[in-house]
Amino acid sequence: MRLYADSSKCSGCNACRVACSLNLFGESNPKKAALVIEPHFPAEGVYKVRVCTQCGYCAAVCPTEAIVKNDRGAWYVNFAECNLCEACVPECPEDVMFLRAEMANTAWECDLCGDCVAVCGTNALWIAE
Amino acid sequence: MLNGYGGQILRVNLTEGKISKEPTPPELARDFIGGRGFGAYFLFKEVPKGADPLGAQNKLIISSGPFSGMLVPGGGKCDWTTKSPLTGGYASASLGGHFTAEMKYAGLDSIILEGISPKPVYLFIEDDKIELRDAADLWGKGAIQVEKQFKDKLGEEYQVAVIGPGGEKLVSYASINHDYGRQAGRGGVGTVMGVKKVKAIVIRGTRSVPVADKEAYRQAGMALYKACKEAEFLPEWTRYGTTVVTSWCDEVGALPTRNFSAGSFEGGKTLYGPVMRETIVITDKGCFGCPSPCGKYSRSKKYNLEVEGPEYETIGMMGSNLGISDIEAVAKLNLLCDDLGIDTISAGSAIGWAMECYEKGIFTQKDTDGLDLKFGNVEAAFSLVEKIANKEGLGALLSEGVKKASKKIGQGSEKFAIHVKGMEQSAYATHNATAMLISYMTSDVGAHHNRAWAITYDLQVGRDKVVPEKVARVIWLQNFRPMFDVLGGCRLQWVELGIDRDLYVPAIEAITGIRRTWEDLEKTGERIWNLTRLFWARENEDFGREWDMPAPRFYEEPPTTGVTKGQITKLEDVNKLLDMYYEQRGWTSEGMPTSAKLEQLGMAELVA
Repeated sequence: MRLYADSSKCSGCNACRVACSLNLFGESNPKKAALVIEPHFPAEGVYKVRVCTQCGYCAAVCPTEAIVKNDRGAWYVNFAECNLCEACVPECPEDVMFLRAEMANTAWECDLCGDCVAVCGTNALWIAE
Repeated sequence: MLNGYGGQILRVNLTEGKISKEPTPPELARDFIGGRGFGAYFLFKEVPKGADPLGAQNKLIISSGPFSGMLVPGGGKCDWTTKSPLTGGYASASLGGHFTAEMKYAGLDSIILEGISPKPVYLFIEDDKIELRDAADLWGKGAIQVEKQFKDKLGEEYQVAVIGPGGEKLVSYASINHDYGRQAGRGGVGTVMGVKKVKAIVIRGTRSVPVADKEAYRQAGMALYKACKEAEFLPEWTRYGTTVVTSWCDEVGALPTRNFSAGSFEGGKTLYGPVMRETIVITDKGCFGCPSPCGKYSRSKKYNLEVEGPEYETIGMMGSNLGISDIEAVAKLNLLCDDLGIDTISAGSAIGWAMECYEKGIFTQKDTDGLDLKFGNVEAAFSLVEKIANKEGLGALLSEGVKKASKKIGQGSEKFAIHVKGMEQSAYATHNATAMLISYMTSDVGAHHNRAWAITYDLQVGRDKVVPEKVARVIWLQNFRPMFDVLGGCRLQWVELGIDRDLYVPAIEAITGIRRTWEDLEKTGERIWNLTRLFWARENEDFGREWDMPAPRFYEEPPTTGVTKGQITKLEDVNKLLDMYYEQRGWTSEGMPTSAKLEQLGMAELVA
């Protein structure tokens, strides 16, 4: 299972990213979300969404084995084990592996909680095989 | 720590270049909640009586609310309050987009701009790093270009609110632009930013907002989103946004046509929502946290441009109201106004009034700088928008708004200057829609629709009926709907999707820790309504009943075309509506809150 996005349906509202940060950190802070909305305005006038594909490349390079699978079958970062080495970040083909030390003492990524899908009013996001 | 709030009020003294912060007073949060409530409070308490709207004593108060930046549908609303240079009274404009969320994340509930900067500046806010920076190289540039420049330089996490040349040149209805197409549009909030020489506010915050009960907050937020997603009207609303009403207004005679001389437009069909969607819309564009995005981003091949919109008000005011039936021309007018930084509603009304003056021979081509200002002349409308923003020729007169312009010109033109209290009426023709008429007459900023959009109620109970129920409905809407602006959220999930408003109650409690029912909230709404009424009276010596009168067109001149042909509200019914309104509000026959009313609302001390 993984998260999918149809960028053409995204309206850039960021509800998904608030829900995401609430799930991951218990905070309302879209800058601590695990998916990205890139606005392209005033031209070409579209949003581009990037999400985790569960490829696992991040886990393969993690020296502390902080990136493990949860019971939904998704890779996630065990915050307690992350040593902020950043090895995982450049490995991510979608650029959705995050480490922003000024905001959190850990790396983070999508754990497939599904809350983003639940709040998206335009059905731009879904979870499937 | 104040749950649900940024926790700080930021004061920027532009005269001295001094920046200071103070904690948001808990009793202010308790009594006025946030957003528009904070704006009204600071305006009433801090702007001295008789302050010149364009002077150093006026303030521009920018406020988020408890819903802003949170997991609440539509938590992207920001209130901009000032003493209006257009009307001389209370102005409060609501800005969508993503600005208000960054205010909260930067820990700010209100930003208060005071004084006048000696030179053009922009306000830069990044959490605790707050600076006034030189804006000499930005002055004179269009709003879209300036926003793009900041985003290119700083990145997409920064939000920008910016004025265009119209604000710099002090057009009385200058707007503040954000997110390439969202505006704090009405009442001249951009004019006040312009006179203070603040070109832009750039903001980014990284903090999280504290909440009273995290799990209850998450559940309440998710329940609200679920209700929105299950709403039957969601797909149609999202497809067309506010343009769902264009065809309806045309069919019921509410579509302003040729300066409100009629309510149906023979060229209206090519302006309808489905035509626009098929021909120019490329993307749905949502404000922060919105599951039902009404923003439509469009591309016009004919004019080679991209623009957010046009939304219904702009279609009404710059399309049918100018006799223009080409949606792509309306899109261009929309973009011109946004980039130049002027309100499309007031500009559309001013141009419509000028076109009528021209067709009646009050203006000749000598007065119009050679423009053939007939209704429907698209090129003349383009040209006039630029002249207004730059205050050139006829544009200088029109930049003052139709009340002042018609007073100067006279010759009966006051009768078709479509405004209340100096604010141009937005896009609902009210020849025969008495609830909407009294709504416009008594709106707290002048003739604006968003406080009480009562026109559907007219159709429901009989449009020409002058009955207490209509007035009661308008008062209820005026107390209730602005509470979304107070909370920092959007009303449209309730208005358009019809979600149960009680679903907001647990969200408010979980976020702020204070339980407020809608009955409590409406009481707060009523207090704010009375406070702003007192502000009007304090600032205008002759304020009273006359100020609530609509444009004579709506009681003297029945339309000669369209579905409301021959229909009109009688002057005696206009007065009857006002009498009923004042009585139900607990006001005097001159429209002033009585001391008993103020006592009942617990406001006597506040306004003493």
